[in-house]
Amino acid sequence: MTSLCCKVGTLNLRNPIIMASGTFAFGAPYAKLYPLDSLGGISTKGLTVEPRTGNRGTRLIETASGLMNSIGLENPGLSHFLQFELDRMCQYDTAIIVNLGGGSLEEYEKGASMLQQAAATRAAEGKRGIDMVELNISCPNVKQGGMQFGLHTEKAREAVRIVRRITDLPLMIKLSPNAYDLTGMAAMCEEEGADAISLVNTFLAMSVDLKSRRSSFQQTYAGLSGPAIKPIALRMVHQVCRSTSLPVVGMGGITTAQDVLEFIMVGASAVQIGTGNFMNPRTGASLAGEVTQLMKKERIESLEEIRGVI
Amino acid sequence: MQAVVVNNEPLMEGIYRLTLEGRHGGKAGQFYMLRCWDSFPLLSRPISIHDLSEDSITFLYRVHGGGTELLSKLLPGNSLTLEGPYGNGFPSPQGRTALVGGGMGIAPLLLAAKEMPEADVYLGYSGEAFAESSFRSIRSSGGLTIISGGTILDSLEPHRYDTIMTCGPVPMMEELARRCAGSGASLYVSVEKRMACGIGACNGCAVETPSGIKKACVDGPVFPVEEVNFHDLALL
Ligand SMILES: Cc1cc2nc3c(=O)[nH]c(=O)nc-3n(C[C@H](O)[C@H](O)[C@H](O)COP(=O)(O)OP(=O)(O)OC[C@H]3O[C@@H](n4cnc5c(N)ncnc54)[C@H](O)[C@@H]3O)c2cc1C
Ligand SMILES: Cc1cc2nc3c(=O)[nH]c(=O)nc-3n(C[C@H](O)[C@H](O)[C@H](O)COP(=O)(O)O)c2cc1C
Ligand code: FES
Repeated sequence: MTSLCCKVGTLNLRNPIIMASGTFAFGAPYAKLYPLDSLGGISTKGLTVEPRTGNRGTRLIETASGLMNSIGLENPGLSHFLQFELDRMCQYDTAIIVNLGGGSLEEYEKGASMLQQAAATRAAEGKRGIDMVELNISCPNVKQGGMQFGLHTEKAREAVRIVRRITDLPLMIKLSPNAYDLTGMAAMCEEEGADAISLVNTFLAMSVDLKSRRSSFQQTYAGLSGPAIKPIALRMVHQVCRSTSLPVVGMGGITTAQDVLEFIMVGASAVQIGTGNFMNPRTGASLAGEVTQLMKKERIESLEEIRGVI
Repeated sequence: MQAVVVNNEPLMEGIYRLTLEGRHGGKAGQFYMLRCWDSFPLLSRPISIHDLSEDSITFLYRVHGGGTELLSKLLPGNSLTLEGPYGNGFPSPQGRTALVGGGMGIAPLLLAAKEMPEADVYLGYSGEAFAESSFRSIRSSGGLTIISGGTILDSLEPHRYDTIMTCGPVPMMEELARRCAGSGASLYVSVEKRMACGIGACNGCAVETPSGIKKACVDGPVFPVEEVNFHDLALL
């Protein structure tokens, strides 16, 4: 029997398929299409302390093999999430990863303590809680902070340090591919006591509207995702995996079983699927099975056998 | 879900009527996400339900760019993928009702006209009319006004209606909203936004409303006019 079980630090996953932040909401839209128990995990939409209305104007532009988005971290806020969404998510038998965004150190600090407190309260009530926090220091679409933290290692360090100090929940840091020194970032995460790293977030990109002679996006730049970025994402995951002993969750343009195994081969412990959900909303229902089939065909007995072979 | 093409007929230059086999769900104003290609273009295309029967579903679309161009190449017997029905659809009619369509915006109104047999139907085309014969066949005894090459709005007296539902170009709907103001008629508009998921997962289809940001794909595409900001709608 081919097993897809895997671990990201102390977190055990049924399979390496995690749904990426911002493409899966809090699971509910997809739960209508298929049972989410087939997933390794779900990373929530990026959450901030206060609700955010997101960016105005065009938010999506398709490119050759890619998708640009400028959502701007629209989200209902952490209190709403903890009060109304988390219980529902906990009904899905899959790992719950809370993606925490922010615009300032204070906001990251406040957000982390809200999560820490909620986890403690739930534990006391004997309820399932938050399996992991994914700290998003890499959102390219908000003016204040967001990716600013993700570009400079020392700026990022402050955010990671403060969140680590506050929470003992498993902590994964989501890196930006736009970071000036990616392996330096990874080393910093390790030094600051993070439990895992995920990458890549979207690449800073641009689209021009000829008629108006302006950028298609009000924020000028937007984040590029999807198959267009896969080869670069794969290279970056490879570099980070070789430079750190932390487990790495790889993503960027994954849509097929072959893509999943490629990321595992460059060293990823697990993977995330973002834009792939838009190409086929049922991707999560079939991908794990397709990975198993491909492994059989390639005579791969376990993910360990191929993890990091390159 | 896969469905087989029964027919994909050009009604005029760049306008097609696509009929698929099978019993599909939905009501007027709802839409499906369609694709007849494998990976690229990346996203499926939102298209309104034009008509439904026991054993078929019909869409009416204009070739706009790459995706609809691929749809237009479909032949009988080919299959395509559709997900839906999505969105809220038109509300149930209250009192005297008018359905007002402009250009491609007539697409969702055929099923609406069937579901609301008492409603008067107004169709406006900037050029030659298309698909109007389908409307004529269900409004043979009146209640149908068609204008080609002019504005349909001059034919409509909003104060004669309690409810008006519209789908069409933003400037037309905005002008209609102006004319409806103070007429006593409640106006509902069907909006278009770019969509990645169609199911409320990506926040791509945001609509600015006085009660906060809403999603065109699940809270819409039909909104009471008080909820929409035409300036925001113009920014696709
Ligand atoms: C709820 C809803 C119902 C619709 N119903 C119909 C219909 O019944 N008949 C019809 O002809 N058209 C309809 N449209 C518009 C139709 O979705 C677009 O014309 C189509 O997506 C264009 O795709 P393309 O690849 O041909 O064009 P491109 O310009 O190449 O598309 C590029 C991207 O922009 C998006 N896009 C471009 N124009 C629109 C638009 N007007 N609305 C939303 N997304 C757009 C595309 O989906 C794609 O992701 C509807 C749109 C919505 C939101
Ligand atoms: C519409 C959209 C919204 C996103 N929102 C978030 C977010 O809130 N937080 C975050 O960390 N990443 C967000 N991302 C980035 C994805 O989680 C992922 O890192 C990126 O899209 C690359 O993976 P992909 O190519 O599989 O989509 C978003 C991506 C998209 C397309
Ligand atoms: S299209 Fe994704 S939320 Fe509406």
